[in-house]
Amino acid sequence: MTTIAESHHHHHAPTGIKRWLFTTNHKDIGTLYLLFALLMFLTGGAMALVIRAELFQPGLQFVEPHFFNQMTTVHGLIMVFGAVMPAFTGLANWMIPMMIGAPDMALPRMNNWSFWILPFAFFILLMSLFMEGGGPAFGWTFYAPLSTTYSNDNTALFVFAVHIMGISSIMGAINVIVTIVNMRAPGMTYMKLPLFVWTWLITAFLLIAVMPVLAGAVTMVLTDKYFGTDFFNAAGGGDPVMFQHIFWFFGHPEVYIMILPAFGVISTIIPTFSRKKLFGYASMVYATASIAFLSFIVWAHHMFTTGMPLAGELFFMYSTMLISVPTGVKVFNWVATMWRGSISFEVPMLFSIAFIVLFTLGGFSGLMLAITPVDFQYHDTYFVVAHFHYVLVTGAVFSIMAGAYYWLPKWTGNMYHIGLAKAHFWLSLISVNILFFPMHFVGLAGMPRRIPDYALQFADFNALISIGGFAFGLSQLLFVAVVYKCAKGGQKVPAKVWDGAEGLEWEVDSPAPYHTFSEPPEVK
Amino acid sequence: MKTQYEKYYVPEQSHWPIVGAVALFLIAVGSGLAVMQTAKQQGGIGFYVLILGIAVLLYMLFGWFKNVIDESQGGLYSAQMDRSFRQGMAWFIFSEVMFFMAFFGALFYARTFAVPWLGGDSNNAMTNEVLWPSFEAVWPLLNTPGGDETKAMGWQGLPLINTIILLTSSITLHCAHTAMEHGKRTQLKTMLALTIALGAIFLVLQGEEYVHAYQDLGLTLDSGIYGNTFFLLTGFHGMHVTLGTILLFVVFVRILKGHFSEEKHFAFQAAAWYWHFVDVVWLCLFVFVYVL
Ligand code: HEM
Ligand SMILES: [Cu+2]
Repeated sequence: MTTIAESHHHHHAPTGIKRWLFTTNHKDIGTLYLLFALLMFLTGGAMALVIRAELFQPGLQFVEPHFFNQMTTVHGLIMVFGAVMPAFTGLANWMIPMMIGAPDMALPRMNNWSFWILPFAFFILLMSLFMEGGGPAFGWTFYAPLSTTYSNDNTALFVFAVHIMGISSIMGAINVIVTIVNMRAPGMTYMKLPLFVWTWLITAFLLIAVMPVLAGAVTMVLTDKYFGTDFFNAAGGGDPVMFQHIFWFFGHPEVYIMILPAFGVISTIIPTFSRKKLFGYASMVYATASIAFLSFIVWAHHMFTTGMPLAGELFFMYSTMLISVPTGVKVFNWVATMWRGSISFEVPMLFSIAFIVLFTLGGFSGLMLAITPVDFQYHDTYFVVAHFHYVLVTGAVFSIMAGAYYWLPKWTGNMYHIGLAKAHFWLSLISVNILFFPMHFVGLAGMPRRIPDYALQFADFNALISIGGFAFGLSQLLFVAVVYKCAKGGQKVPAKVWDGAEGLEWEVDSPAPYHTFSEPPEVK
Repeated sequence: MKTQYEKYYVPEQSHWPIVGAVALFLIAVGSGLAVMQTAKQQGGIGFYVLILGIAVLLYMLFGWFKNVIDESQGGLYSAQMDRSFRQGMAWFIFSEVMFFMAFFGALFYARTFAVPWLGGDSNNAMTNEVLWPSFEAVWPLLNTPGGDETKAMGWQGLPLINTIILLTSSITLHCAHTAMEHGKRTQLKTMLALTIALGAIFLVLQGEEYVHAYQDLGLTLDSGIYGNTFFLLTGFHGMHVTLGTILLFVVFVRILKGHFSEEKHFAFQAAAWYWHFVDVVWLCLFVFVYVL
């Protein structure tokens, strides 16, 4: 083994652009993922602001309807595949090896490949916006026949962009699973794994299981549109509803891909600032696993109004409601962890508490949507938009913010400007509710989603929503400022940044050295 | 009782991944443009970009694999590293299984729901009556609601021969594996060569079957859901056989060069797993696409 030890000598951080292009270091790659996600978050956010500007008043003001549709579509695609998923992958890259005491990810070169595919994929997607005919305009769900018969000529570019995004996600997920299964330090048994690692293990499984199904769906869209197949066309014996089945077989697990790592982050932060052990560790693990299992058998709750047979409607209604049981277990455990803890309200904790309250609200609207007969009223209205923005923005995105504020000092070695960070939190919290809460009301009153114009009676609420939207969007610039300043410098922090924190990542210096745990640590 | 741990090999910086990312970028843009330009029946740069992308990908694969093989031959890999590779390969195959599931799912949905419903089944009597009055729901769907006609592909001729070929190839590959484990290099080489030959024969026969379908049966990619599922399933399977044959061929060349030992032969094992997986997919295809 001496040869290896030698080849490790000159393993200091390389410099310049080559460091980032050729890197095999999980920390570098984690940073790349996180910065890319931030860039995409701002890009997708800008598109959301175009949407909200148009919807500030009834009537058509700023953009053509076709361009409006491109904005809703690309906003959704960017936020899901470009912001939330890469951000969690970035956290996984940074934290999982440190949390389990591994020297790096299991397959470091493939890790680099997974990342660098992403900028190219999104370049293709964004490029198509500027081509003749425009970018995808059929919604992030690209239902047939919108994406086949009625889509513009550039749809093939969308298809192949999704293909390479999928390749990237699958390789990233394989890396995560293999790292966790194979690289744990001796003594780190499964039931000692930090919950963030557990949730990512299960998320990675979901990714490998459903990203290929998405690839199948886009492939059939491609052949239907360009090669004369009839998968989604009744005249040839196919069925447009079949598209929705295939898409949502991917799509529902996908939404859990975006929330399970969030559960992991919150389960890490709440105990730290409550200065107690997580309540019900084992039940958290089992709840995560059952959510993952159930997520495969609920997909048609997105399709209640497509005319499924009654048995299907009932099955998917009940299975969907079942999901709220393990979800409830989790919320209960977080609250029980805080119960009689000595709580302090540092920035990550503020975001985590907001997560618990507001994510639960999103869960409740989900439960309402799960009731088949009432979903006939809610479906395709702003109520659905309110639901998924509560679970995704105040859920997934808030947890990413919480995680960033929690680990940023570990990454940079500096404490960030707490005043600015708190301002970011409070402004986000208030504006996000002005933005999304009224959507429940206009939705219940019947305002359809994905339409650039609306009936006059919705005008007041929409103006309010748009104001909230711009306030939330601009508040995020504070986050950029906090991160930038923190990377530049600040008050130095010790190895254990938060006094209540537990885990191997707090045993290494801050900032974490370029290589950690080349020798596996002792796990008690 | 402090145990001595083997070091896990963390490679130095490498330029291959970014080359691979550029390759996938070129392939994606090239395929997209090529498809769009073909649909509009205009020439364009699409195909050239695609070919360039494939060339870059091959260059990357050669370089990357050469690195890995050199590291492996240089004794840099521990048993733990070997496990990482094995597990990675297993999960990759699982993702491939799920990819095929999407198309088998489409086949299943069309046969059990879409087509019968078009024929008036369940609560769809009016769909049939009003929209497609003369349509009869049968599988294989030889007359589509829109009026396309085609003929069914039987299972007795080429498909049955192909099934036997692939099954045999799995057996020969297994013999090669046993030979590897017992260090019988000659037997290993013969059996592996035989497997590769069987794979190649399968591909030739599959090509012949396609010619037969297009010329004699009028069964084409666009002849309704039957033709759609038939060609996409068998087509993607064929692409996987091609890849599997190439993998086995690379392994064969390495064996000729004297690589691998009785205990350590991950690349061989990975290619073998892949081959067995492709074989199982074919069995499902044979049953659900051809026989039933
Ligand atoms: C208690 C848990 C949940 C239940 C019962 C639930 C239920 C539902 C239902 C029934 C719909 C379809 C509404 C319609 O289109 O008419 C829906 C839509 C949606 N849900 Fe949930 N949900 C839950 C949690 C989540 C979570 C955790 C996420 C993501 C983090 C999520 C993301 C979404 C998205 C993105 C959509 C809309 C997709 C679209 O049409 O564009 N949901 N949910
Ligand atoms: Cu769902």
